[in-house]
Amino acid sequence: MNRILYELNESIRIAMAQIRANKMRSALTALGVIIGIVAVTLMGTAITGIDTGFDRSLAMLGDDVLYVNKWPWTGAEDWWNYANRPFLRQEDAVKLNRIIASSPDSQLEFAVFGDGRMASIKANGNSVNGVYTLATGAAYGRILTADFTEGRLFNESEDESARQVIVLGYDVAQALFPGRSSLGATVTVRGQPFQVVGVLARQGSFLGLFSFDNQMVMPLGAYRKYFGVRDDNTEIRVKVKDKTRLDEAREELTGYMRRVRGQFPGERDNFSINGGALFKEKLDPIKKAIALAGLFVTGLSLFVGAIGIMNITFVSVRERTREIGTRKALGARRFTILLQFLIEAVSICVLGGVMGLGLTYLLFEGVKAAMPSFPIEFSLILVAVSMAVSVLTGILSGFVPAWGASRLDPVVALRYE
Amino acid sequence: MSPPPAPVELRPVRPVGPLVIAIEGVTKLYQMGEETIHALRGVSLEIRRNEYLAIMGPSGSGKSTLMNMLGCLDTPTAGRYEFNGQDVAGMVDDELAEIRNKEIGFVFQTFNLLPRSNALRNVELPLIYGGVPAHERHERARQALIDVGLGNRIHHKPNELSGGQRQRVAVARALVNRPSIILADEPTGNLDSKTGVEILALFDDLYEKGNTLIVVTHEETVARHARRIIRLHDGLIESDAPAH
Repeated sequence: MNRILYELNESIRIAMAQIRANKMRSALTALGVIIGIVAVTLMGTAITGIDTGFDRSLAMLGDDVLYVNKWPWTGAEDWWNYANRPFLRQEDAVKLNRIIASSPDSQLEFAVFGDGRMASIKANGNSVNGVYTLATGAAYGRILTADFTEGRLFNESEDESARQVIVLGYDVAQALFPGRSSLGATVTVRGQPFQVVGVLARQGSFLGLFSFDNQMVMPLGAYRKYFGVRDDNTEIRVKVKDKTRLDEAREELTGYMRRVRGQFPGERDNFSINGGALFKEKLDPIKKAIALAGLFVTGLSLFVGAIGIMNITFVSVRERTREIGTRKALGARRFTILLQFLIEAVSICVLGGVMGLGLTYLLFEGVKAAMPSFPIEFSLILVAVSMAVSVLTGILSGFVPAWGASRLDPVVALRYE
Repeated sequence: MSPPPAPVELRPVRPVGPLVIAIEGVTKLYQMGEETIHALRGVSLEIRRNEYLAIMGPSGSGKSTLMNMLGCLDTPTAGRYEFNGQDVAGMVDDELAEIRNKEIGFVFQTFNLLPRSNALRNVELPLIYGGVPAHERHERARQALIDVGLGNRIHHKPNELSGGQRQRVAVARALVNRPSIILADEPTGNLDSKTGVEILALFDDLYEKGNTLIVVTHEETVARHARRIIRLHDGLIESDAPAH
């Protein structure tokens, strides 16, 4: 019906005029909603940020790869139970591959052994310290998720003959050979010359902690010659055929590893199977805790904001009792008056919502400028949710005073001083 | 020396039209704490189209209550009230609002304009509640302002207008829906005497153009403009007579 549209239009106009006329009062009242909306958006962003950040990091680890380590990634409460486990050895990987090859129905594809340590690298008059040196087999190429900006991974024969070839992470290559190709160049690691055969594309860091771009990869044989055999960082990566059946693959791998290790039934596993997806499950309680804390803060500030708005709407009704009487005399129905004050309350809330969003946006820009790798995203959903929450708060808090206004007796209202 | 006889004004009485308001045996009771106040004790009254009526009476006479009743702001405790043949006595709030919007134009002693809206906006308000489309609303409100002599003050806010001009805006607002009656409550009460005379001249003019006016007042000079005067006392009609 047209009349409702005209009245809606009129109500919005009146609400805007009212807010303009009482700028300070409206702003102070909106403060509760502003804080509430900032809390809502920050919480939402923290959770989605953790999710996307983790997914991105997961992709770096490979979502179809299981890792066999001495230690579980997710922290061990009973440290001493793990400390006495044997290290993972290259022979374990060889045996594992033999078992996989003899099981045609296996969910597993192959296993590749890896070792690694921090090292320095020099070339071209530059040097970089603290680069993670991964030593592994040529099969690693089938696990690696990153692209090459140039070159390739070392091949089977280079691997087996322990050739001194090396693949550089993006940052390492940039630091040593700024602005130019490093392919074919000779770099020095542990005083030995290595020839660069490939450079990895930029990957970013794992949850902002460990940079995949600050690493280099070399054949295990070459590594052993100059780094020696120290097993404390060893691992076996196992590629899974179907990443949707990761749990099955994990079961199978556990069985195979127990066979490799010759463990007796009933004996506890003396290895840990890790992987990105498994890690993710461990993150759920953290996400829940953030959500719960955020919900509490948000709820509390919105509640306080709602009470403020209810109060100001009561004041507004009181101040304008005569106006309500006049409007009723001129033919405003109950619903018209209800609508007018509801829209006023909602307008203040939406104002608060917009200001809250603006504040959040600035906050995000600040965080992004300070920590570029921190995974936060200002999304449309965020805007939609904030606006919905604002409108809802306005309706809930404005309803009681607006209802009272709509029920006023015009005779009494007109006489009100 | 005897005072010269007062000049006799020759005021034409226009022929009245069909019945607009019919009130019969209307009473109104108020509960004030323990006490029950009989504001109206049985009032019967008929008002026809194109009458110019003044309602007078001392405070406490039931004058305001009768005005609220006539204006459909209030309903009687007992008795019959028909407005253009519709039974008002049994109506609920929103039905009364509809009648007020379509049939009654209010002029208040204190003008009761919306302070933050300009003259045009104020005059448009009854049309908004009546569901009139924007361009028609705008045109009618503008015309109503021109009719009361404020064609050059359309975009002024109430605080930029004099008292007389404000009351003219209120009159334009009362006229804009082409109501059956215009109900004015002490329309000159907040104006100086010169401006009051101007407003009363405007009322005379409206009457000449065929409007029905009911003015509630305690001033004889105001009442004398009407063609019929009803005097209330203690909730009853004391007299109902032509003004001349």
